[in-house]
Amino acid sequence: MTAVYALYTTGDAAQRAVNSLRAAGYADRDITIISAAPMEDYEFSHIGRESYVWYFATGGAILGFLVATWLTMFTENAWPINVGNMPIVAWYPNLIVMFEMTMLGAIISTVVTLIITAGLGRRMPKLYDPEVTLGKILVGVAAPGDARMADVERALLAAPGAELKTV
Amino acid sequence: MSANEDRLSATLLRPLGRSGVLWYAFVAFLGTIVAAGLFAWFFQMWRGFGVTGIRWPVYWGFLITDFVFWIGISHAGTLISAILRLVNAGWRRPVTRCAEVITAFALMIGGLFPIIHLGKPWLFFWLVPYPNQRLIWPNFRSPLVWDFFAISTYLTGSLLFLFLPMIPDFALVRDRSTGMTKKIYGLLALGWRGTTGQWHRLEVAMQIMAIAIIPVAVSVHTIVSFDFSMAPVPMWHSTIFGPYFVAGAIFSGIAGLIIAMAALRSVLKLHEYLQPIHFENLGKLLLTMSLLWGYFTFNERLTAWYGNGTSEINTFQVTQGGSFAPLFWTMVLVNFVLPILILGIRRFRTITGCVIASIGIVIGMWLERYLIVVPSLAHKYLPYSWGTYSPRPTEILITVATFAAMILLYTLFAKFIPIISIWEMRAGEHPAEDLIAAAERRRLGETHA
Repeated sequence: MTAVYALYTTGDAAQRAVNSLRAAGYADRDITIISAAPMEDYEFSHIGRESYVWYFATGGAILGFLVATWLTMFTENAWPINVGNMPIVAWYPNLIVMFEMTMLGAIISTVVTLIITAGLGRRMPKLYDPEVTLGKILVGVAAPGDARMADVERALLAAPGAELKTV
Repeated sequence: MSANEDRLSATLLRPLGRSGVLWYAFVAFLGTIVAAGLFAWFFQMWRGFGVTGIRWPVYWGFLITDFVFWIGISHAGTLISAILRLVNAGWRRPVTRCAEVITAFALMIGGLFPIIHLGKPWLFFWLVPYPNQRLIWPNFRSPLVWDFFAISTYLTGSLLFLFLPMIPDFALVRDRSTGMTKKIYGLLALGWRGTTGQWHRLEVAMQIMAIAIIPVAVSVHTIVSFDFSMAPVPMWHSTIFGPYFVAGAIFSGIAGLIIAMAALRSVLKLHEYLQPIHFENLGKLLLTMSLLWGYFTFNERLTAWYGNGTSEINTFQVTQGGSFAPLFWTMVLVNFVLPILILGIRRFRTITGCVIASIGIVIGMWLERYLIVVPSLAHKYLPYSWGTYSPRPTEILITVATFAAMILLYTLFAKFIPIISIWEMRAGEHPAEDLIAAAERRRLGETHA
């Protein structure tokens, strides 16, 4: 499968290319935009914004809290030794362990979700150009299909300064 | 590639190139000191704690002082970086990674001290929460177990907080290198490309991490303070020890960060990125923390003096006017008086001024930890249990070696990884105003369409 892309030197040109691809009938999910830094000032940076990182982080925090609650209560009840005249299940000191494990749960689940949902740690897709790290912006379509290749090329060339490539 | 991009990458990637003889000599020098410290530690393990100055009644000396000090220094990075990220302070961009690295290394060094202090470090796993062969678990009501949870959570969080924003920079180095270097950085980059989805997820993850790491950082030093305040020892059993320790930690942390930034600026020629305004802003923060530290110290001392409890007043007097007085007044001078004089007057709040104040504060905060640990243990309740503490070469060498280890680790890090986040610097460069306006019009147009 051949991917088509173009490199642009400015965000404005990249935005125009994205708009042209949309006009050519491509949905946002079909368009790949790669840059060396987040480009929050441009509308195209909003493509692919939906993520579940917050939900998984909250889930991880709840899991961490439940595990810590179980761990402290279970171990204290397993050997019910009176320490310093504290109750067997001593909530004040347990809260410290519960807090730390809640946060640890949130942190680890955030990182795991990032790795999975951002596609990290996998084989790199073909649609990439190292020139991106020199400050260029890549706009392309991963699988345009032979029939529509010309449309894509035309849309990408509609923006000024396009450097068209296929891979 | 724009000229600005070119200069940015060239300057920030320069340290990753070939190094001169001086660099190797410096690393060898630091390595020798670290090796000497390791030798002292092994000597202590071999001969026992008798080779240190730790003996009844002062069982915590330099080693626990170093533990508290380094955990305090670790508050430089992640906490400051997280706060600045959350408030989206633009001037943070060149500062954050310099700061986060301090946290990672200071925590690693600080976390070693309880293990060194065990005497038999190979038994440290007894702190890990799992049952022994008689199914007895560690006691979760012990502050030492809280330390384990707090430090390991903070270390895990800090390492990840440091690593995540490094991924795009690893990708940048990957794409500009060849051979084995390309492979190593390629592995570290985890296949990063820089798609809009990846950027967004990374930023959300950093936001969540920043929110999570701030209370964890506060909890860590509070829990370190609990190691003291949970014990009925004069001048330790205090309700303000938690915030007092946290304030002191942030105070020493910022001082450490200023020193590191000034060294990087000078050695790596990063004048363009670490500008006087960064030092001025951090200097103001340092001044605020100095005032806060003075406030807490006064509170802590006043209640002990006013309460006039027999044992507390003994410890109080020995630090104010007794054998510990020179250390105490030096601490007050360098932690409170000098910072106000230097940082409070705008003309003196230069890079040099900030560095001088910071060096004083680092020394002063180490003294503060020492004055918390030793005088109280040496003057517990009944006079028959009073004693003295004189550090021996073993713990002095270990202490010196940890400073060398910190500088060595920092030097090596700056050699292999861009010490200023390149992508964050790029993200700080905004397009011309008319382009922003055009983008905004498009966005509004879509919203109302």
